[in-house]
Amino acid sequence: MATFPEYIAQNEERDGVRFSWNVWPSSRLEATRMVVPVAALFTPLRERTDLPPIQYEPVLCSRATCRAVLNPLCQVDYRAKLWACNFCYQRNQFPPSYAGISEVNQPAELLPQFSTIEYVVQRGPQMPLVFLYVVDTCMEDEDLQALKESLQMSLSLLPPTALVGLITFGRMVQVHELGCEGISKSYVFRGTKDLNAKQLQEMLGLTKPAAAQGRGPQAAPQPLSNRFLQPVQKIDMNLTDLLGELQRDPWPVTQGKRPLRSLGVAMSIAVGLLECTFPNTGARIMTFIGGPATQGPGMVVGDELKTPIRSWHDIEKDNAKFMKKATKHYESLAIRASTNGHIIDIYACALDQTGLLEMKCCSNHTGGYMVMADSFNTSLFKQTFQRVFTKDVQGSFKMAFAATLEVKTSREIKVSGAIGPCVSLSAKGPCVSENEIGTGGTCQWKICGLDPATTLALYFEVVNQHNAPIPQGGRGAIQFVTQYQHSSGQRRIRVTTTARNWADAQTQIQSIAASFDQEAAAILMARLAVYRAETEEGPDVLRWLDRQLPQRRSKLLQLCHLTHYESSYYRHQFNRQDLTQALIMIQPVLYAYSFNGPPEPVLLDSSSILPDRILLMDTFFQILIYHGETVAQWRKAGYQDMAEYENFRHLLQAPVDDAQELLHTRFPMPRYIDTEHGGSQARFLLSKVNPSQTHNNMYAWGQESGAPILTDDVSLQVFMDHLKKLAVSSAA
Amino acid sequence: MNVNQHTPMASPYGQPQPGYSQPGYVPLDGGYPGPYAPYNGPASPYQPGAPPQGISGPARGPPTTGPLPVSAPHQYNQYSHSQGDMQNGPPPMTQAQPRPPVSQPYNPGAMNMSGPHPTYPQHYGPPPTMQQVSNQMSGMQITSGPPTPAGPGYAPPHSSQPPVSTAYSAPPPPSYTQAPPPVSSAPTQPPPPSGPAASQQYYGSPPPPSQQPFNSSLPPTSQQQFTSSSVPPPPSQQTLPPSSYSGPAPPPGQAPAPPVSQPQQSFPPSQPPPTSQPAFTPGPPPTAPGSFTPQAPPPSSQSGSFPPPGPPPTSAPSCQYPGPLPPQQQPPPSQPFPYHSGPPPPRAQMPPTSMAQSNHLPPGPQGPPGPPGPLQQPPSQPGMQTGYPPQQNGAFGQVRGPQPGYAGPYPGQPNYGAPAPAPAPAPPAQKRLDPDAIPSPQASDMPAVQKSRHRIDPDAIPSPIQVIEDDKAKSTEPFTTGVRGQAPPLVTTNFQVKDQGNASPRFVRCTAYNMPCTADMAKQSQVPLAAVVKPLAMLPPDETPPYLVDHGEGGPIRCNRCKAYMCPYMQFIEGGRRFQCGFCSCVTEVPPHYFQHLDHTGKRVDCYDRPELSLGSYEFLATVDYCKNNKLPQPPAFIFLIDVSYNAVKSGMVNIVCQELKTLLDYLPRENPEMDSAVRVGFVTYNKVLHFYNVKSSLAQPQMLVVSDVSDMFVPLLDGFLVNVNESRLVIESLLDQIPEMFADTRETETVFGPVIQAGLEALKAADCAGKLFVFHTSLPIAEAPGKLKNREDKKLIGTDKEKSLFQPQVGFYNTLAKECVAQGCCVDLFLFPNQYVDVATLGVVPVSTGGSVYKYTYFQAQLDQERFLNDLRRDVQKLVGFDAVMRVRTSTGIRATDFFGSFFMSNTTDVELAGLDCDKAITVEFKHDDKLSEETGALMQCAVLYTSCSGQRRLRIHNMAVNCCSQLADLYRNCETDTIINFFSKYAFRGVLNNPTKAVRDTLVNQCAQILACYRKNCASPSSAGQLILPECMKLLPVYLNCVLKSDVLLPGADVSLDDRAYLRQLISCMDVTETHVFFYPRLLPLMKLESGSLPVAVRDSEERLSKGGVYLLETGLHLFLWVGASVQQELLLNIFGTPSFGQIDSSMTSLPVLDNPFSQRLREIIDSFRAQRSRYMKLMVVKQEDRAELIFRHFLVEDKSASGGASYVDFLCHMHKEIRQLLS
Repeated sequence: MATFPEYIAQNEERDGVRFSWNVWPSSRLEATRMVVPVAALFTPLRERTDLPPIQYEPVLCSRATCRAVLNPLCQVDYRAKLWACNFCYQRNQFPPSYAGISEVNQPAELLPQFSTIEYVVQRGPQMPLVFLYVVDTCMEDEDLQALKESLQMSLSLLPPTALVGLITFGRMVQVHELGCEGISKSYVFRGTKDLNAKQLQEMLGLTKPAAAQGRGPQAAPQPLSNRFLQPVQKIDMNLTDLLGELQRDPWPVTQGKRPLRSLGVAMSIAVGLLECTFPNTGARIMTFIGGPATQGPGMVVGDELKTPIRSWHDIEKDNAKFMKKATKHYESLAIRASTNGHIIDIYACALDQTGLLEMKCCSNHTGGYMVMADSFNTSLFKQTFQRVFTKDVQGSFKMAFAATLEVKTSREIKVSGAIGPCVSLSAKGPCVSENEIGTGGTCQWKICGLDPATTLALYFEVVNQHNAPIPQGGRGAIQFVTQYQHSSGQRRIRVTTTARNWADAQTQIQSIAASFDQEAAAILMARLAVYRAETEEGPDVLRWLDRQLPQRRSKLLQLCHLTHYESSYYRHQFNRQDLTQALIMIQPVLYAYSFNGPPEPVLLDSSSILPDRILLMDTFFQILIYHGETVAQWRKAGYQDMAEYENFRHLLQAPVDDAQELLHTRFPMPRYIDTEHGGSQARFLLSKVNPSQTHNNMYAWGQESGAPILTDDVSLQVFMDHLKKLAVSSAA
Repeated sequence: MNVNQHTPMASPYGQPQPGYSQPGYVPLDGGYPGPYAPYNGPASPYQPGAPPQGISGPARGPPTTGPLPVSAPHQYNQYSHSQGDMQNGPPPMTQAQPRPPVSQPYNPGAMNMSGPHPTYPQHYGPPPTMQQVSNQMSGMQITSGPPTPAGPGYAPPHSSQPPVSTAYSAPPPPSYTQAPPPVSSAPTQPPPPSGPAASQQYYGSPPPPSQQPFNSSLPPTSQQQFTSSSVPPPPSQQTLPPSSYSGPAPPPGQAPAPPVSQPQQSFPPSQPPPTSQPAFTPGPPPTAPGSFTPQAPPPSSQSGSFPPPGPPPTSAPSCQYPGPLPPQQQPPPSQPFPYHSGPPPPRAQMPPTSMAQSNHLPPGPQGPPGPPGPLQQPPSQPGMQTGYPPQQNGAFGQVRGPQPGYAGPYPGQPNYGAPAPAPAPAPPAQKRLDPDAIPSPQASDMPAVQKSRHRIDPDAIPSPIQVIEDDKAKSTEPFTTGVRGQAPPLVTTNFQVKDQGNASPRFVRCTAYNMPCTADMAKQSQVPLAAVVKPLAMLPPDETPPYLVDHGEGGPIRCNRCKAYMCPYMQFIEGGRRFQCGFCSCVTEVPPHYFQHLDHTGKRVDCYDRPELSLGSYEFLATVDYCKNNKLPQPPAFIFLIDVSYNAVKSGMVNIVCQELKTLLDYLPRENPEMDSAVRVGFVTYNKVLHFYNVKSSLAQPQMLVVSDVSDMFVPLLDGFLVNVNESRLVIESLLDQIPEMFADTRETETVFGPVIQAGLEALKAADCAGKLFVFHTSLPIAEAPGKLKNREDKKLIGTDKEKSLFQPQVGFYNTLAKECVAQGCCVDLFLFPNQYVDVATLGVVPVSTGGSVYKYTYFQAQLDQERFLNDLRRDVQKLVGFDAVMRVRTSTGIRATDFFGSFFMSNTTDVELAGLDCDKAITVEFKHDDKLSEETGALMQCAVLYTSCSGQRRLRIHNMAVNCCSQLADLYRNCETDTIINFFSKYAFRGVLNNPTKAVRDTLVNQCAQILACYRKNCASPSSAGQLILPECMKLLPVYLNCVLKSDVLLPGADVSLDDRAYLRQLISCMDVTETHVFFYPRLLPLMKLESGSLPVAVRDSEERLSKGGVYLLETGLHLFLWVGASVQQELLLNIFGTPSFGQIDSSMTSLPVLDNPFSQRLREIIDSFRAQRSRYMKLMVVKQEDRAELIFRHFLVEDKSASGGASYVDFLCHMHKEIRQLLS
């Protein structure tokens, strides 16, 4: 048997699952004592190029409350053509199509290597993908131009059958009718008035019958499109022109005012449009915003420039007058969108805040992207946006739509909840724990948008009573059933069935301890912490985490130094990225390049900052290259351009190359920073490193190497010391 | 004939005085014979055909009305041509048998009038007066008896309207010929041409023979006289005198009297006396009474006046004074002199109208022109006839019996008119007589058909045509506005105006140019004191538009206290350093930059260099202080909002509008023809959602922005909605090309309306400018939206107390909206294309409150209605218009503007707010006393309109008006204008229906008019029998016009009149000026049998009787234009007009006449074009073939006839009025 790390890696590779414990304590009591719950990081669509799509539908357990999918763990009676459900022990007849089944002729789903298997549903129509662009026009011409170009470019990346739509907004919200000849048409809505789907449907003339007032031959023949959402192949040129003609919002903005930006209504209309035309069909609402919503429902700040947008302190003091209402507005939108399986992406590009705090739920609940940049005219945005449309080897988008994840558990364990870009479907069942962690109370979640990296944290509760021991060798099983709409339009079902051994904590504590997956646990706990931070008071969470974890607090909880929208953004990413990426977020990676040897990872500590080093820091959100003081001077002197100092040139180039590699694989695009000692951007580095040297102690450390950090945060050493003390005292 | 008689009447009045010197009569008699003789001559010619008939016949004809039309024409025809046809036949037809006997005798009498008269008159003359009077009286009272007599008697004369002319020609001729001719020739000659022509016209072609004779021999002269000077008097007298005369006629039986009557007859000739009358006018009334008694003398006086006949030349020349005097010589002793002395001067000009009328004689002078003729004639005839008739009809006889008794009183009456004695009867007759003649009793009592025939002769009652023609003839000189208290020529008259300190009548017309000094007087008279102001009226090319005055940065100079603007009424004092306000007497410093020295008369030396010191109308350039928010205004914008629902597209409206706009946009209003218009344009289409268009010049294609959230309207774009036409031409054209295409297949039938206006309003708000919305709308807005309406047309409510609710808007939404529109200066013009009920009463609220217009094209069909619609649209888009206007009327101490009628909004009691004000909109302002006025200072009013011109300039247009004040009611009645009064009454009534049952409104109107007339009768007319109807000269058409108002679709709808039509008319009338209301209520009806290039044919009265089966007539109301074709019209006419020889082949659906290359066709089309050019709305031509179904519509406009909806005929109504008046008097 391989070591646990190998086992873990193998499981992750095959099933996309990492459990905090890989051997489970067999009783509830023991489990609660373990502090870190039995939990799993699950990546439903983990890329499996080796996975053949199964062209038939899964066989389900016939018990109405179970409906588990036939899997390799099931006991099969080949002669009787029966199989026993490993979750509820129901014995099921194979369907007629399995008549030829035998030990030597097993269907794929019974093969052990197919613990994860993907079925392609043949029934039902092929649904087109729907992309609805929601574009802010209140921005500088430069930005708008860049955005327009990005959007135009994106059209070429869409499959020809995909439906696209365009909504623009500023003071008003315009829903553009596509494919008009001559006069271009758009429906305009006030930015201050919310509309429900039914109203919208009427106003857009989308009531099913003959109400289609516009002529438009497309109305009748293609029921799947309408005047506002049409196949790319058909309106490619038209939409390109339309985008090209987009003008900055023409309404005058007087001195001292913010432009009136009807973001809330625009999103509401986008949601409503899809709601009444493509319910339960995969669709992306891609929102591009250049600033905060300043009017109507969802506004986060007034249009008076003299009134600044709410700060963290305002929120703490409950002094952000628009926040609650706005949050409520966006939450209701998120619910509507997620109910219908629609994704809301937010691309916020502005130097100021844009109100992501209020809007976060839109992306969080729907599995949409949230991308932040300073401007649409940056490569960060452009490349990130482009990467959204990345395709896999089959030429399909690496994105899936309108997914539902169902978790089935064996009797001894129940699911407490999930944390990730999902919403509850409120499906009660025998495997739902009463004890909620994250989004709980259900065994089904909706994940409107997911990509191969999307990872959910699922928390379980061992419910087996102490006095009902599990037979030796018993295994607890968990099945993840993910139904989703593939970007090709097919409906697919991916089923992952995992099992772990039970162990009596009293007798087998060693094996349980050995099965602990520290990384997974860290992330799981961090997600939990973040979740609680979102729902509870910040300081309490810090304390809770301190109590729970002997682990460094990450910036995820360090709210004070971040503006709100940034924290929303970070948390958003944290909650959906896979373990590796999440780890980077928690603990940025720092590499040092010097003439002293090959690049080496170094401690994220101020002591690592040396004059003759080049540092490369990856915080997931930022990739930073820092030139030490000496190196910077050399560079300034131009040594790298001299033939005799080619090695220096290589030294300079090495981190850049590495950074590029990171940049290319990371989504969203990290911010790329090239700075040097004393550069203003160096603050990004300095804020991350462990303050082993601060202005408080630097004299104690003398004029040693390293750079002092100006912070009030305690250094890791101090923290560790404190932890030790705490551990001792608690033990006592 | 009648006319002549009447006219004579006038003279008689004059005569009456002379009457004292009965001898005068004698001479007169003698004189008369002479005249008659000539008449006889003419008469004889008639006789051959139907001479007597001609005169009497016609008269009868009319009475017979039923067939009358024919008959009437016949009569005329007779004179002219085909008298024999129907005319003779029909009229007589009915009456024929009964009458023949009677009639004949009468006829002779009547005929005599011209011819025989001599004899009768001479003898019976006087008695007749008595009898007539009595008859009249009786008639009035008794109805039954008198009516007939009167009827017959009058009838002839009346019928003669046409006769009038003829009558004039004929009867007058005799008399005139004798004496007047000479005179007339000299003085009047000029008129003669017109006169004759006119007469001919009246008669139509027929007259020529008969008339000609007359004309040639006597008539011309007489007519001339009448027309020119004497003619006027007749009118006044005409009305009553004639009757009186006629009255006298019976007396003829009584030999003694006759002379009197004769005198009357002679009077006609003496009409010249009118001149003398003028003299009377002044004093007449008072004196009259006294003089009246002398009745007998009157005749003498008449004779006296007649003498003029002898001296006529003198009289004629003297027409004014000299003339009269001489003739008076004899009569003078009594009244004449006094009159002369006092009145003469006035009379010459005005007298005739007011006093003259009131006074028997005066009328002569005034009336003489037209009315007198008819009046007199009828009277005389009546008299004549009556004399006979009485005999004829037993009843009459009886009547007469009583009459005699009345006669007594009557005579007295006649006295009023100086001529009282003999003339007295006559005079009363004239004014009174007419009415009397009309004896309402008859009408009312009329025993069915026959009686109806016997009824009053329509020709004997005041004829609008006559009045109009007389005024035309009188107004040859430019009208100068410098003289305070002077009434301008009628709106039907072409005249030039010279601004000499008061506003031109084109801008301001008043009901009374002599306002009573006290509120008591005003109350007593019940004459409304009002002015109809048309602030931006277009002037004819030969008149200078108001000058623009710039007083610099300080803005216009104004009185410190009342804020009146600098005007000719400001008096500069202290060497020019200060000025005293003419309105409030406050003294204000003259700003240094405006200082100027005074000359020795106290006038500034630059008085004539400054329009504001010397003219009645001018403009000031306003400063920023006069602007909203203290910001100079932006140029206005025009927004076109086009309904594109199914109906709109289907009817072709959308296509037409879009096509037209492409060219029309080049003609947006501009002040400098060299420059591009500053007006920006925007476009919206809508059904139940709205489509805005971005037509920014930088776009390759327009962009459509759909707003479907109509519950809370907003404008979806700013930049690119309102654009300059030239800059965005290509985009706009592209848009206009595409709109019809885009909606060609629409199936949307529902529309909204409220949001449409809101959209335009919001757009203007966003652009921060004033402007105008052109809304093209088809249907009741039933789609869910603010201002949604439901169909509430319920004909069952008509005639109930709830009827008023049908005129009120069904929701309050539009009132609120209108208010907002006004605040923004957003004027709304609404073009409706309904196929069913659209609730004009509600949809019209905003247009009406914002100074806009509503145009309605029911059952619009592109082919048939396109021309009318496009012409309306073109005019509406191009016409001069001001925006965001506020009008304020300031008055001098003592009166106050208390009420306003028109299309506007008022948020307080003084400021009339008009979001838009165009050159066609008039506002009627009512004044009330709040103190005593003084005769010296008169009453001043200044109407100031602050507005934004089409180029975005803020301006003030000032109209000043000064009128006299009088302490005598007579002055009031002498200087008022019936057309304006009718304008006021109609607006007052049409507003009244909003809050009162229609019947109550009608009763109020009748009552007020009765009071007006009764007051006159009581206070200004000489005492006379209650049986006489006496009308003031200036108001003698009041009954007929009032009847038209009462019969209008608004107040008395026919079964086929939709609620929308009524609401539409109601709103439409509310902003009409006097010209428009006049022709609307009394349509112009032109016979087209003969057309001359330089002039229009003389109109005929709006009665079926006046239509000849063989003729073609053109009728215009300002809204409609009909070409009526008689069933037996001559082929030649048909060929000339339609290019087809057959009546049956005329396509009655044609809306324009074929262009044929013949002078007649050319001229006819010219006339039609000129009519259209005169009206603010294009009139679609409807060809109506006699006895076609469409004739029903046409008949609706023959307002003198009984209407299908139950409206009284003119005659009946006059009788009714008379009854009312008598009730008031008793």
